[in-house]
Amino acid sequence: MFSKKNKQQIRRLSSGGLIDRSKPIGFKFDGKPLMGYVGDTLASALLANNVKLVGRSFKYHRPRGIYTAGTEEPNALVALRTDARTEPNTRATNIELFDGLEAKSQNRWPNLFLDVMQINNLAGPLFTAGFYYKTFMGMPGWHFYEYFIRKAAGMGSTELERDPDTYDKKNAFCDILIIGGGPTGLSAALSAGRTGARVLIIDSSKLLGGQLIWELDQIDDKPALQWIESALKELNEMKNVTIARRTTAFGYYDSNVVNAIESVSDHLPTPEPHTVRQRLWQIRAQKVIIATGATERPLVFSNNDRPGIMLASAARRYANQFAVKPGNRAVIFANNDDGYKTAVNLAEKGIDVRAVVDSRTYVNEFWKTKLDELGVELILGSAVINTHGHFGLTGVDIASLSSDQKSTSSQSTFISADLLAISGGWSPNVHLYCHAGGRPQYEASIAAFVPGLRSQSEYPAGASNGAFSLIDCITEGTNCGIQLATELGFSKTIFSIPQTDEPSVTPIKALWRIPGKGKKFVDIQDDVTESDIKLAHQEGYISVEHLKRYTTLGMGTDQGKTSNMNGHAIMAEERGEAIETVGTTMFRPPYIPIAMGPLAGRDIGQSYSAKRKSAIHNWHHENGAIFIDAGQWLRPQYYLRNGEANTTQNMDLAITREVKGTRGNVGMVDVSTLGKIDIQGADSSEFLNRIYTNGWTKLAIGKARYGLMLREDGIVFDDGTTSRLSEHHYFMTTTTSNAASVLSHMEYCLQVHWPDLDVKISSITEQWAAMAIAGPKSRDVLQKTIDEEDLSDETLPFMGVKQISIDGIPALIFRISFSGELAYEVNVPADYGEYVWRRIMEKGTTDNIIPYGTEAMAIMRIEKGHVAGGELDGRTTPDDLGMNKLISSKKEFIGRRLLQRDGFLDPKRPKLVGLIPTDGKSRIRTGSILVKDPNASLPMPKLGHVSSGAYLSPTLKHPISLGLITGGSKRIGETVWATSPLHGEINEVKIVDPVFYDKQGERLNG
Amino acid sequence: MIRIKCPYCGLRDHSEFNYIGDATKLRPINPELANDDEWFDYIYIRDNPRGVHQEYWQHISGCRSYVKVLRDTVTHEVLKTGLPSDDLLFSYEAEK
Repeated sequence: MFSKKNKQQIRRLSSGGLIDRSKPIGFKFDGKPLMGYVGDTLASALLANNVKLVGRSFKYHRPRGIYTAGTEEPNALVALRTDARTEPNTRATNIELFDGLEAKSQNRWPNLFLDVMQINNLAGPLFTAGFYYKTFMGMPGWHFYEYFIRKAAGMGSTELERDPDTYDKKNAFCDILIIGGGPTGLSAALSAGRTGARVLIIDSSKLLGGQLIWELDQIDDKPALQWIESALKELNEMKNVTIARRTTAFGYYDSNVVNAIESVSDHLPTPEPHTVRQRLWQIRAQKVIIATGATERPLVFSNNDRPGIMLASAARRYANQFAVKPGNRAVIFANNDDGYKTAVNLAEKGIDVRAVVDSRTYVNEFWKTKLDELGVELILGSAVINTHGHFGLTGVDIASLSSDQKSTSSQSTFISADLLAISGGWSPNVHLYCHAGGRPQYEASIAAFVPGLRSQSEYPAGASNGAFSLIDCITEGTNCGIQLATELGFSKTIFSIPQTDEPSVTPIKALWRIPGKGKKFVDIQDDVTESDIKLAHQEGYISVEHLKRYTTLGMGTDQGKTSNMNGHAIMAEERGEAIETVGTTMFRPPYIPIAMGPLAGRDIGQSYSAKRKSAIHNWHHENGAIFIDAGQWLRPQYYLRNGEANTTQNMDLAITREVKGTRGNVGMVDVSTLGKIDIQGADSSEFLNRIYTNGWTKLAIGKARYGLMLREDGIVFDDGTTSRLSEHHYFMTTTTSNAASVLSHMEYCLQVHWPDLDVKISSITEQWAAMAIAGPKSRDVLQKTIDEEDLSDETLPFMGVKQISIDGIPALIFRISFSGELAYEVNVPADYGEYVWRRIMEKGTTDNIIPYGTEAMAIMRIEKGHVAGGELDGRTTPDDLGMNKLISSKKEFIGRRLLQRDGFLDPKRPKLVGLIPTDGKSRIRTGSILVKDPNASLPMPKLGHVSSGAYLSPTLKHPISLGLITGGSKRIGETVWATSPLHGEINEVKIVDPVFYDKQGERLNG
Repeated sequence: MIRIKCPYCGLRDHSEFNYIGDATKLRPINPELANDDEWFDYIYIRDNPRGVHQEYWQHISGCRSYVKVLRDTVTHEVLKTGLPSDDLLFSYEAEK
């Protein structure tokens, strides 16, 4: 059975590679069961099983195969896993093979071999850059076409089910962060680590070593793998060095903060119990060494996208690391030495290498001799001008290139091949350098963009800095590690640079496109061809940024890792300008596609935002409270009684019950959410005088006062009562919603404007539980509850403050009223909040005490014409709200000067009034616009708006509202119309005094 | 992620801070003597410089101090931090 499984992997070499042949793994591709080994990627396992066709292209639906062996893969994107764990657009080249893996090809219907949409390929000339917009946008019915166009386009599709896995976030700190564990990164880690600096080295793979893992280089006359092993052994022993594997840096942000994704469980079918799928690392480093290597570029020639065409380095990697033959008969096409290295590697693995086609006319003797020994034909000064085959490559046409590379000989030679390995040179991975703020510069000697000036503390080194030889990588890495550690104050250590066995290099000769007819793909993921770039140029989209957006060059999930350089260079040729003049687009994070999961981490569902519960929450919960969100707070909105369903009708009944119970007997509401600020210090009175509009210097100890706070621009900011507990000690309350901003405002005043004032403030919102007891029987109930004190009018008059105790618990009691009834606010330490609330409810049972929620509270304050959030909307002045008597003329305060500006004195400003529907029953929606004539022509002149309202005042037995209207109280008695055009509502309303109930305030006395 | 050195707490992530705004405007020291133009300028007029700028950040999730920050609005680089009373631009220029 085992041998049968082995037979399936017909492209697997019998020996070599970093795979474990003793550990076979079963997986499925498009439903077909296949076998691979531990150590494989999905891509290498597919190639081992001779699966060449893995997807259809984005626009033309052309058959596509595996094109690379790494993160840059533009073609082999699959939907990984099934059901809720389905992950679209996953690169087969990055997926570590696991047992039971299931992957599906994308962008094909009904299947890979019979794809209906390949008709687009025949209609090819139509689908040039800007096709859809040029064709459809001007025509009527774009909305109709759009559906079909969108359906035909696009990459994979996402699952709508909830992700069953969890994700985590992690913070990390280090002296030196090294991104990339190749020869450069490892050398830097060794040299920096030896100085004692705190080093973090991260690499996207399971295996550190980078390209050395799969190259056949020798270091100090030993295989490179041995050098990696000894380096890792030494690093593991250093306590100051941390190695993070399977961790990909995807963004370099301000202040040397680098974000990375750790694929904790992506190599497993499902995460182990109690572990996460992925983890977001937020790394704060003093210095960052970017050792991210380089990416090989393809060459641009006719039909350069067929399955069987891949990057030369990828062909080498499949053979060396995975013991897979990427083809049986190979042709190599390159403009640099990489082609020779590939040819020799493949030939030594037993692959029939038919020819090396080099566009250059010269190569050094070393490679010539090597090819001779292996019997590989060398074709210099030539190019592959076309390819053959549909679902897989069958052969290539080769012609000689003119010296200016702009034409080819009319004669071409056909060579039969199922693998074409191509190399157009290497581009340093400058992505993270760009994120950090850097601008890459063109370096003609390697025909690529390299890092230029430094923006932050980022130090590109090795291949990512344009140094491609192994010895240069090791040297730059070592030196960079030492240099940065020294700059950070760590002492130097002795080190040596090892020897490598590299042949001398013949310089690359840039070759951006090869003459010929047929589609020449530049961006193979987005199906952007050379002719699209020519068209863009012809139509005036000549800047690289316009080119990108017009043709979608580099806009796929691979973000143009293999295509940008070629595309920009072709545009430079079209413009007849130098590449450095034309420039390159900037890379932005993320370097690889990132799932939303790790960005959200644990901050999902209930944990999305903090929920604040008052100390009395449990009691509310047990007693039928329906909660409402008030910022982060949960507040009882109203209380249902035994067995009542939460219907609109029962809500209305509950609210009415609570208002009537409070006005008739006694009610209690939890006001713990009000902001509470403790103010102490010799200048406390002066401070209050400056931040409130009214006077505070004469407030007696043991008295409370209502205060109004303005912004500097004269607009009302907040209101509340503040009490004087002793000579230099005040207890301030703010509205629930402004608690944080009032505190910050006061801190700003104290720290920035008046640091000379002797005042200390502190938020005590959470230290105190507060409850307001209101109603004619509130004094009786409270008197029964407290330990000794007398609560008569004489000892605790209106606006009086007293320190008392309830069952020995210290309590602050304020005689203040929001409801207009005789009322007290009791503040106790939060830990005793629930106890004291229960005691008061028990003691009040015989007086029919009732808890009330925010709805009843709001109705009672509207009945009394008290302003709240709807009126303090950031647009109103004290005068608008009828509060001019609170403006002291004898002192300075924040906002005073701007109160006097013309706009605020305009008699047409909307001012506070009461509103009643003339029919006595229509509900007036808050936010309705007040107009004189609802039939007036548009735009209808606006008189004002409805700021808050009660659909039914249980006290008055009809709806009431507050509003702001031009003319204010001068209009009392008039009727106007409240309109809400969005809801089709128009109701006539009568303007009345904003105080609907107990205008004389007699009920305050019980 | 900008990192800001709080004079009291040391180097912290910007997520611990609230951005407040321009720190170059001073409230009229004698409010009654300041004329309308001075008030108008203090309350409404703000430059939007390209480059070095002094601004306030409050260390809201830390010590709650108002921190004056000298920041380059192009690169986001934090050049200097200090107390509200410090003239960071002056000392920055002097050090240069």
